[in-house]
Amino acid sequence: MGALQSLSDEPEYRELAEKTGFSFEQIGILHKRFKQLSHNEDMLRRADLDTIPDLACNPIRIQIIEAFFDKRNFHQNGDGTVEEISFEEFLVVMSHFRPPALNMTEEQREKVRREKLRFLFNMHDTDNDGTITLEEYRHVVEELLSRSGALGKETAKGIADAAMLEVASISMGHMEPDEFYEGITFEHFLKILKDIEIETRMNIRFLNMDTMTLCK
Amino acid sequence: MPAFSCAFPGCRRDLLVIVLVVFVGIGLPIEASAPAYQSHGTEGSYLTNVTNTKKAFPVLAVNYKHVRQPFEIALWILLALLMKLGFHLIPRLSGVVPESCLLIVVGLLVGGLIKVIGEEPPVLDSQLFFLCLLPPIILDAGYFLPIRPFTENVGTILVFAVIGTLWNTFFMGGLLYALCQIESVGLGGVDLLACLLFGSIVSAVDPVAVLAVFEEIHINELVHILVFGESLLNDAVTVVLYNLFEEFAKVGTVTVLDVFLGVVCFFVVSLGGVLVGAIYGFLAAFTSRFTSHTRVIEPLFVFLYSYMAYLSSEMFHLSGIMALIVCGVVMRPYVEANISHKSYTTIKYFLKMWSSVSETLIFIFLGVSTVAGPHAWNWTFVITTVILCLVSRVLGVIGLTFIINKFRIVKLTKKDQFIVAYGGLRGAIAFSLGYLLSNRHQMRNLFLTAIITVIFFTVFVQGMTIRPLVELLAVKKKKESKPSINEEIHTEFLNHLLTGVEGVCGHYGHYHWKEKLNRFNKTYVKRWLIAGENFKEPELIAFYRKMELKQAIMMVESGQLPSALPSTISMQNIQPRAIPRVSKKREEEIRRILRSNLQNNKQKMRSRSYSRHTLFDADEEDNVSEVRLRKTKMEMERRVSVMERRMSHYLTVPANRESPRPGVRRVRFESDNQVFSADSVPTVHFEQPSPPSTPDAVSLEEEVPKRPSLEADIEGPRGNASDNHQGELDYQRLARCLSDPGPNKDKEEDDPFMSC
Repeated sequence: MGALQSLSDEPEYRELAEKTGFSFEQIGILHKRFKQLSHNEDMLRRADLDTIPDLACNPIRIQIIEAFFDKRNFHQNGDGTVEEISFEEFLVVMSHFRPPALNMTEEQREKVRREKLRFLFNMHDTDNDGTITLEEYRHVVEELLSRSGALGKETAKGIADAAMLEVASISMGHMEPDEFYEGITFEHFLKILKDIEIETRMNIRFLNMDTMTLCK
Repeated sequence: MPAFSCAFPGCRRDLLVIVLVVFVGIGLPIEASAPAYQSHGTEGSYLTNVTNTKKAFPVLAVNYKHVRQPFEIALWILLALLMKLGFHLIPRLSGVVPESCLLIVVGLLVGGLIKVIGEEPPVLDSQLFFLCLLPPIILDAGYFLPIRPFTENVGTILVFAVIGTLWNTFFMGGLLYALCQIESVGLGGVDLLACLLFGSIVSAVDPVAVLAVFEEIHINELVHILVFGESLLNDAVTVVLYNLFEEFAKVGTVTVLDVFLGVVCFFVVSLGGVLVGAIYGFLAAFTSRFTSHTRVIEPLFVFLYSYMAYLSSEMFHLSGIMALIVCGVVMRPYVEANISHKSYTTIKYFLKMWSSVSETLIFIFLGVSTVAGPHAWNWTFVITTVILCLVSRVLGVIGLTFIINKFRIVKLTKKDQFIVAYGGLRGAIAFSLGYLLSNRHQMRNLFLTAIITVIFFTVFVQGMTIRPLVELLAVKKKKESKPSINEEIHTEFLNHLLTGVEGVCGHYGHYHWKEKLNRFNKTYVKRWLIAGENFKEPELIAFYRKMELKQAIMMVESGQLPSALPSTISMQNIQPRAIPRVSKKREEEIRRILRSNLQNNKQKMRSRSYSRHTLFDADEEDNVSEVRLRKTKMEMERRVSVMERRMSHYLTVPANRESPRPGVRRVRFESDNQVFSADSVPTVHFEQPSPPSTPDAVSLEEEVPKRPSLEADIEGPRGNASDNHQGELDYQRLARCLSDPGPNKDKEEDDPFMSC
């Protein structure tokens, strides 16, 4: 099935493959999924993603959906959000979840790591000012704990405060009591998360295999 | 236990001499007088019986026979532990040579000594080994198994364990048989089944040896879990193959049906072991739900249920090791949510203690048995065995990795493969299985010798050289990272993100099923197995509380503020700029209230209570509350001084200026509150989840109402404060320590207490 489709769209696919690094087969599969979600239209809207049943019980559903419509993730140096996306943009967002190839140099791995962490950073930095402020971070933790009711809300503040404190101490080391830590910049973000090996963890397995089952 | 009594058949005097020599030889002056008494002991008691004259009542009469067995056992264990102690006093030695090697050498020496005296050294009795020495080590390994890396790599581990072991067995068995066919070797009597049996014994990677060696080299998580997981899971294969070949050897012929039954047997053994372990695990979890009133015996449930799982599965010839591991893994999250912090610590230290003792004894006995055991040396056979072991292991790992890498996201590099191959150590399990071989096999002694040689080779040569090789090849080491709340938040975030993206792709992948399992766990299983309201608590909160608790404990230990945050950064550095303007009068009031708070806190010291059955509040809790007060006091004092400094910058602004930004002010005070409550988070609720009526809890709750008065004075949002404080009360009531994270954190907690 995939083969037939890729034959007809080959020139387009080639361009997409070069841009995002997916194989033709993977692009074909994702294109099918795109069409399924967008009801065979060319553009995908937020409402289409809202209807996915699997996402319904995800605490950070809204952030995930927003990430797809965030221009910063399209690798075109834009910012702001859009109302609908094309398949190409969908694919570019998905490419953040590709695993690094086996024979990558240390530099390339570093590049991949930065890209993935940038994606995460964009998800947190909702007002696009280049820093994650305390409020934004609190919002993140609150969403994560949003399923625990009132108890979660109170602790969320404490946790976010403690986390911010940790970032500040690791990045700034020493601050006078009068100084103010504006927020987590991207460099600080890289620093505090350098130990979680994101290039091996932030991957979707299916994008690696040639055979798959499209469920739903 | 029959082991010791049958091992010392000689007369008592010789035993005493041996004991003396052993002690003197190692340089311990302990109980030197005791043996002297014993030599007169029994004669003395006979004398008093026989003479029957009006002798004085025997003030001192010694009866050695009465205590002989436990005495000997205790002596051996003491000897082993003193040896262990001795090594660590010689710093350079323990850095170069792994402990297991040293212990075997000691065993050799002791065995040699015993032999020189003319006694029969005791051999490592298989029953003793399998029923007493092995379970603690496996339980320790299973209970503290790092779940995340294990489940992520379970496919790879299973492939190595099952297919790798099968490959090793047949490769070695076949080639050795071929070897025996050669005329010049002179081993014509060995048939194929015997060779295959030998192959099955020698091919399994041993968890005890792997643990002993890998613990010291701190290799990266992936390789560690691969080798270690393989050593644990190949038990099922070994059990099946061993029994299978024993049966076949007895019968003599093999039919296709037998082979088929063998395969079925493998599934029965492994899945049966898993099932038995799971059942006992759930039983233990369920039992722990009700132990809130009898905290003292909680650890025993964990140990006994696990041991029962092991024994039950051994009874049915299922895989005991797998049962034990599954039991530990299954019961851990629920049991830890239910038991007190002290019970958790007890379980951890008892497991580590027992497994340490077992390991030491096993290696010493290996050494002793080498001296003792009947040996039949055949150069060709033994050398070939050793070489074949290495070769088959390397070939197996390379071949399997080639296939596995097609299915893995994170491929195994050549370095990883090398360490996995090189780390395939053989140990005491192989020896015990060989010892269990009935004497029918005429090659039994030859096999035993070969097994011992292989074990020695792997433990000494591979064990000693693996550390420099790891350094040389610059293999990735384990990251010594402190638990970071940012990492924890982002790990959780990533999990949800990846699950969500999998949902968008429409692919039911790894994360999807993990999420489904979690949800099932939360809604159904936890409800039954976790006491009180705790089952609703998410992991992130548990982690955060555990961190706070650890900080508090660290403060108790060191008597000062924890150095986790070496900088002077505090809450005021990250708060949004807007600082409430306060008038001079208000400032005075604030100061007055803060100082009176301080006074009140000092007065609220609990009296101690000691009770055998409740083991309530020990020094630690008092210290923690003391420390908490100290910390609060320091915070308050600092705050007061800071406020005093700030006051000079303030303008007095009327109240209505503030109202446009109530959110910000609200933020400030709530976070103030949070800072206080962060101190009080590691509360004394170490014991029970139910609303306690202990004086300490009361004192805490009395403390809290003070704060709203502070708020009220500063035109603060009172409603908010009381909500906050109600939440805090709830929160304190539900304060529990969950231990979520894996071995890194466990090991870190070890550092202040244990040296090894």
